[in-house]
Amino acid sequence: MSNALTLKLMARGDREIVMTRAFDAPRRLVFDALTRPELIRQWLLGPPGWTMPVCEIDLKVGGRFRYVWRRTSGEPADCGGEAMREMGMGGVYREIVAPERIVHTELFDEDWTSGETLVTSVLTEQAGRTVLTTTVLYASREAREMVIKSPMESGVAASYDRLAELLATRAGQEKA
Amino acid sequence: MTRSQRLDATFAALADPTRRAILARLASGEAAVTDLARPFAMSQPAISKHLRVLEHAGLISGRRDAQRRPRRMEGKPLAEASEWLENYRRIWEANFQRLDALLETLKSRERKGHARGPKGVPR
Repeated sequence: MSNALTLKLMARGDREIVMTRAFDAPRRLVFDALTRPELIRQWLLGPPGWTMPVCEIDLKVGGRFRYVWRRTSGEPADCGGEAMREMGMGGVYREIVAPERIVHTELFDEDWTSGETLVTSVLTEQAGRTVLTTTVLYASREAREMVIKSPMESGVAASYDRLAELLATRAGQEKA
Repeated sequence: MTRSQRLDATFAALADPTRRAILARLASGEAAVTDLARPFAMSQPAISKHLRVLEHAGLISGRRDAQRRPRRMEGKPLAEASEWLENYRRIWEANFQRLDALLETLKSRERKGHARGPKGVPR
């Protein structure tokens, strides 16, 4: 079961990142969890120790949303060595088709994506399960490249043995 | 290739189960095309085609015309791809695991027949 829910990530074309994840719930519940502030605040939190004191949503085409996260404990977010305590982001809804599709713009206060991104969320339901496909379209090829490059630049170099292990496991599962 | 193009090529190459199996085999040491073809019900030309995709992505080394030359895994493109993947994955997987738990709560509330909101969601 947990394997079937696995998050899939890929770069597509010049400017997109596509993220796919299955949920063991009907899509109207997933849609609500993506659009209702009292639900969003319970899960869209990022690293441990962060809370979401501001979550305002005007769920209509042309309506705005505003999210603010605050670090209350735990490790500071690694943003080029600078310890961040607060992070804000907002945008405008462009399309809303409940419970199957949401398109919105998105821009962080500290614009680390080199301009606004356009985020398309598509929910498909099959036998009580929902697949959520989120496509993030960056302002430019360079913007996506920077996003891909920046987060772990100062971090530990990824271990290629670990990926090989992962590949071996997945290949094993597929053969089984 | 730019970094972005390399990532595209890496992800495209990794999208195929046969190619992932070939990489998994090469992770434990270099191998000749005939050895790589053995576990699969595939002709050698079909395997060679997969090898060309992996070579184009820089994931393995070995010239396409050198059938007997052992193929070997190259670490750099995988490291680039996995570095990016790992970071995104960690943050989003943590978010989505919380969402899983929340959805379970919402489902069980519905089953218990709590008062519902206009969209069928428990209030």
